[in-house]
Amino acid sequence: MPGKSFFIDTTLCMACRGCQVACKQWHDLPAEKTVNRGTYQNPADLSFVTYKLVRFEEVVVEGKLKWLFFPDQCRHCLEPPCQMTADDPKAIFTDAATGAVLYTANTKNMDAKAVVDSCPYDIPRPSKDGTVAKCDMCIDRVENGLLPACVKTCPTGAMNFGNRKEILAMAKKRLAVVKKTNRKAKLLDPDDIRVIFLVAEDPKLYHKFAVASSTAFDISRAVALKRLFRPLTRLTDRL
Amino acid sequence: MTNHWIDIGNSDCIMISGSNAAENHPISFKYVAEAMRKGAKLISVDPRFTRTSSKADIYAPMRSGTDIAFLGGMIKYILDNELYNKEYVSAYTNAPFIVGEEFSFKNGLFSGYDSKSSKYDKSKWAFEMDSNGVPKMDRNLKNPRSVFLLLKEHFSRYNTKLVSDITGTPEADLKNVYKTYAATGETGKAGTIMYAMGWTQHTVGTQNIRTMAIIQLLLGNIGVAGGGVNALRGESNVQGSTDHCLLWHIWPGYLKTPRASNVSLAAYNGKWTPKSKDPLSANWWQNYPKYSVSMLKSFFGDKATKANDFGYDWMPKVDEGKTYSWLDLFDVMYKGKVKGFFAWGQNPACSSANAGKSRKAMTKLDWMVNVNLFDNETGSFWRGPGMNPATVKTEVFMLPACVSVEKEGSITNSGRWMQWRYQGPKPLGESRADGDIIMELGSKLKKLYEKSGTLPDPIRNLKWDYMTDGKYDSHKVAKEINGYFLKDVDFPAKKKNFKKGQLVPSFAYLKDDGSTSSGNWLYCNSYTEKGNMAARRGQEDAVNKIGLYPDFSWCWPVNRRIIYNRASVDLKGQPWDKKDWVVRWTGEKWIGDVPDGGWPPLGSLENPNPKSKWAFIMRKHGHAQIFGPGRADGPFPEHYEPLECPLEKNLMSKQRMNPSAPVYDTEADAYKTCDPRYPFVGTTYRVVEHWQTGLMTRPQPWLIEMQPQVFVEMSEELAKLKGIKNGERVLASSARGSLKCTAIVTKRFKPFKIGGNVVHQVGFPWCFGWRWPESGAEESANLLTPATGDPNTRIPETKAFMCNVSKL
Repeated sequence: MPGKSFFIDTTLCMACRGCQVACKQWHDLPAEKTVNRGTYQNPADLSFVTYKLVRFEEVVVEGKLKWLFFPDQCRHCLEPPCQMTADDPKAIFTDAATGAVLYTANTKNMDAKAVVDSCPYDIPRPSKDGTVAKCDMCIDRVENGLLPACVKTCPTGAMNFGNRKEILAMAKKRLAVVKKTNRKAKLLDPDDIRVIFLVAEDPKLYHKFAVASSTAFDISRAVALKRLFRPLTRLTDRL
Repeated sequence: MTNHWIDIGNSDCIMISGSNAAENHPISFKYVAEAMRKGAKLISVDPRFTRTSSKADIYAPMRSGTDIAFLGGMIKYILDNELYNKEYVSAYTNAPFIVGEEFSFKNGLFSGYDSKSSKYDKSKWAFEMDSNGVPKMDRNLKNPRSVFLLLKEHFSRYNTKLVSDITGTPEADLKNVYKTYAATGETGKAGTIMYAMGWTQHTVGTQNIRTMAIIQLLLGNIGVAGGGVNALRGESNVQGSTDHCLLWHIWPGYLKTPRASNVSLAAYNGKWTPKSKDPLSANWWQNYPKYSVSMLKSFFGDKATKANDFGYDWMPKVDEGKTYSWLDLFDVMYKGKVKGFFAWGQNPACSSANAGKSRKAMTKLDWMVNVNLFDNETGSFWRGPGMNPATVKTEVFMLPACVSVEKEGSITNSGRWMQWRYQGPKPLGESRADGDIIMELGSKLKKLYEKSGTLPDPIRNLKWDYMTDGKYDSHKVAKEINGYFLKDVDFPAKKKNFKKGQLVPSFAYLKDDGSTSSGNWLYCNSYTEKGNMAARRGQEDAVNKIGLYPDFSWCWPVNRRIIYNRASVDLKGQPWDKKDWVVRWTGEKWIGDVPDGGWPPLGSLENPNPKSKWAFIMRKHGHAQIFGPGRADGPFPEHYEPLECPLEKNLMSKQRMNPSAPVYDTEADAYKTCDPRYPFVGTTYRVVEHWQTGLMTRPQPWLIEMQPQVFVEMSEELAKLKGIKNGERVLASSARGSLKCTAIVTKRFKPFKIGGNVVHQVGFPWCFGWRWPESGAEESANLLTPATGDPNTRIPETKAFMCNVSKL
C-alpha cells in the first residue's frame, strides 16, 4: 500500500498539546470560546474549527493511576466510509499520492449527518451551514515536502509521519519494545487506516472511538447500492 | 545546570522533583524520552500526579515543603547500604575533612545560633587545620569528627517510617525511589535531577538543593555525563540574566556586591578573595582581583585608574547585614520609602509572593515606568480590583518593548549555552529593543548629571559607548562583556603577547593592573579575535560522542559543557563510565570536553602528583562540599516545616521552621499555621499552555482556548468533604487574600497521611491575572502566597502555604 501514514506513540505523548495549537495555526482556525469544565481537555470536543484534540482520561488500572492522553484526529481510512457515504468526489476524495482523505467546500451540499455518522472514529464535524471539516493531513505542507504541522511540533517523537511502509515498520518495532514492559500494548487498526496509534492500555480507556467497532468497515446496504449504480467514470474523477 | 539539555539523554536514571518538566519544559522531554528509550528509569516526585508523572516508571506523592525529609531519607539509605562511590567520596569531596569541636547539632539547631538576630555565627562550623593551614583529613572516613561520619550521624534520624510520617509518601514508594535512584552509585552509572522552583521557592530552598547535591556527590554523579545537578530555568534567558547580575547580592560573573565595610578596592578584594595554603588546591577564585578590576575597567574605561582604585568608590555598597531582595524592596515600597520604580520585563502585580501587598506597595510610589510588550496588571495596577484610581497618586509611564525575536543579541539557556540570535522582523510600531531604551536612558542621565546632581561621578564616568549610528549595538556590548586588552601585554610564561585593542582570548589572560577589561569574566572567551563564538552553528560532536557539540554556540566557562568534569575520572584520569565518558587523560593531555583545568591527574591520594590539582577547582580547598559551612542556615540540610504548615510540631525536631527564614511585619503580612480557617496545604505551579504570569499567552486565543481559567486542583476526598463539584467555581483564600477559581476534582491529588492525621493539599496555577481574559474574573494565585523565603537567597516561599477552598 503506497502513500503516507502517521504513527502516534501515545506512550511518548505528554499532552503538551503543541500539536493541537500547531494544527490551528497552520490552518488559521479560530479559537473557540471555552470554560474550564473541571478538566484540562479543551475544547471539549473536535469541531468544525478544531481538527486535532488531545483527549485526557484519568483511570485506575490494577490499582495504579494512569493519566491517558489521546491526540485524536482523522485516521485517513484506506477505504473511507465517509467518502463512500458522500459518494461525490467533488466533496470527499482520497488523494492518490498520499492517501489523504480530503473534504472540500462541496460537503455543504451533502447530508452532513450521514457523513458524520458513517465515521467509525467520530471525526468529521459540520458547521452551521452544513459544510463538513476535519484533518487534511496538512496536504499543502506534505505536497511541498514538509511534515504535517502536528508532527513537526512534537518534541518527544510521539507524532511521526512518512511513507506508509516505513511507518508501519516503525510502529511494529516500537510495539515490540513497549510490549516488553506493557503486555497490553497494541497498535490500533493498523491495516485499515493511515493514522496508527500505539496504546499501552485498553484503547477504550483512552477514548470511546479509539478503535473502530468491528462492523465499521462493512459497507452499508445503502452505500453498496449506490456504488453498484455509479457511473464508472466517477471512480477516477478527481477535482 | 552543571550539565546541559542534550546530556539528559545520557542518564541511567532521571529524577524529576520540584519541577514538572513535561508541562513547563516540554522540549526537555525529548531528551528524557531518549534516555528512556535506552533503558533509563524516570522517577517523578510531586504532591500532585502531573503530566510528567504520567510518563514516569515510579511516581511518589509528597507533601509540599518536605523535600529535605524525603531526600534525607535517601542519604540515610545510601549510607546504610554502602551504595556510595567510596573512591569518589574520599578523593573529591570534603567527606574526609575534620570538623572543629565547636560544631554541634541539638534540638534542630546548629551551634552558633543567636535567637535575637535569628542568625548563625558560622565560625562555629570551621574545619580543623593542620600546622600548614590545610584542612585535616581522614581519607579512610573513620574519624568520628569527619564530615562523612557527622553526615551519617545527622541523617541517622531520617528513617523511612519517620520520613513517611512527615512527607506523607507511603514507605513502599520511598524505598522504591531510594533503591532505584541509589543504583546509579554503581561505577559507570549516572543519575540526574531535573528541578526548578518546586525546590527553590521554600524557606529551605537552598538546603533542598544542597541535599540533592550531597546525594549526587555520594553517588559520584557530579561531573559525569548523564549526571549533575540541573536547574531547569523558567525563562529562556534566566541563566544569562543571573550570570550578568540580575540579583542584588552579586556583580556580573558572581563577584560580590561590596559591603559598606569594604572601604577600598584592596579591602574589597581582600575580603572576597579566598586564600588556600594547600599547593594542590587550584582555588580558582584566587584570581578574584583580576576579574573585579577588569570589570571596573569595563564599566568606567579610561576614568578607572590605579590612583582612584579603578572607580571602586563609584560602585554602590550595601549595608552590612541588610538585604535588598525582591521581598525587601516591596516591603520598603509598601512602607512608602521608595519613590520610583522601573518594572522592566516583569509583572510583579501577579508574580510577587503576596501579590496583594505588592499591588498596595505600588500605590505608595510617585512614579512607575512599565517596560513591557503589553500593558499588564502591573502597569494598570491603579485601576485593578479593589483600587480607587482617584486616590492612587502613582504616575505610570508605559514604554513598549519589542519582543525577543525582533532584536539581535544572545540568550543563555539553562545549560549555560550563550546562543546568538539574529533579528527576525523589525520591532512593531513604536516598540523598541530593551538595549535601545537603556542606552537612551543612560545617555539622558549622563547629560543631566553633567549639569548637576548628587554624587554625579558614577554616572558621569560611566563608559557608555555601545551605539552605532545612534542605535544600541549588541555586538559592542557582547565584546565589552568578553573584554579587551587596554594596552600591549606580554605573557612570557605562556609565550603570548597581545596588542592594545585586541579582544581577550580567555579569562586566564585577565589582569588586575588595569591592562584588561571584561564586563563579565565568566564570558571572557565568548567573543574573541576569532569571532562571535555564540553565533557558531557547528554540527559536529566531540571525540567522545556524548552530545557536547562544542562548535555549536558557546558555553561558559571557556566552552566547558559539563562542569566539574575532573571528577568524572578516577585518580589516573580514566573515566568512571567507559562508554559515555566526558574527559580522559591520554598520558600527555586531556581529551573530550574542555577539562576543568589542564593539570595532569592526581595519580594517587597518598602520593599525589605535585603538578596536579584537587578536582573541584572552584572551591577554596579543592573539594566538593558535603559539609557546607558557608550557608546561612547550617552546614548540613535539616528538615523544617514551611513557615505556614499543617503541623503544630515538626516531627523531626523541636525547631518547627527554618530559624533564619525572613518574616515581614506589615499589616499585609499575615502568616497562619494550624489555623482552622486555613486547613489545607496550598502550592502554586505553571501549566504548559501559559508562560509565567501569562502576559504573553493570555491574550493568545489558541492558548486561552486550552486553558481559559484559573483553577484549583483537589482530591475527590476533599471535594466530597467540602461538597464541591468538579468544574464549579469556588473561593480560595489564605491569610493574605482570596480569589475565585474553577475546581478540578481529580484522582491526581490524594490526601496525605501526616503523623497519623489526614492532610489535604490543593494547587493553583499562578499564570492568570485580572487584566486578561477580558472577563477580569481570573486572578493571580499569588494573592494567596506569603512573603517569606529562603535566608540565603530570599527566594519566596510560594510552594508551600496554608489556605482554604469553599463553595461560593
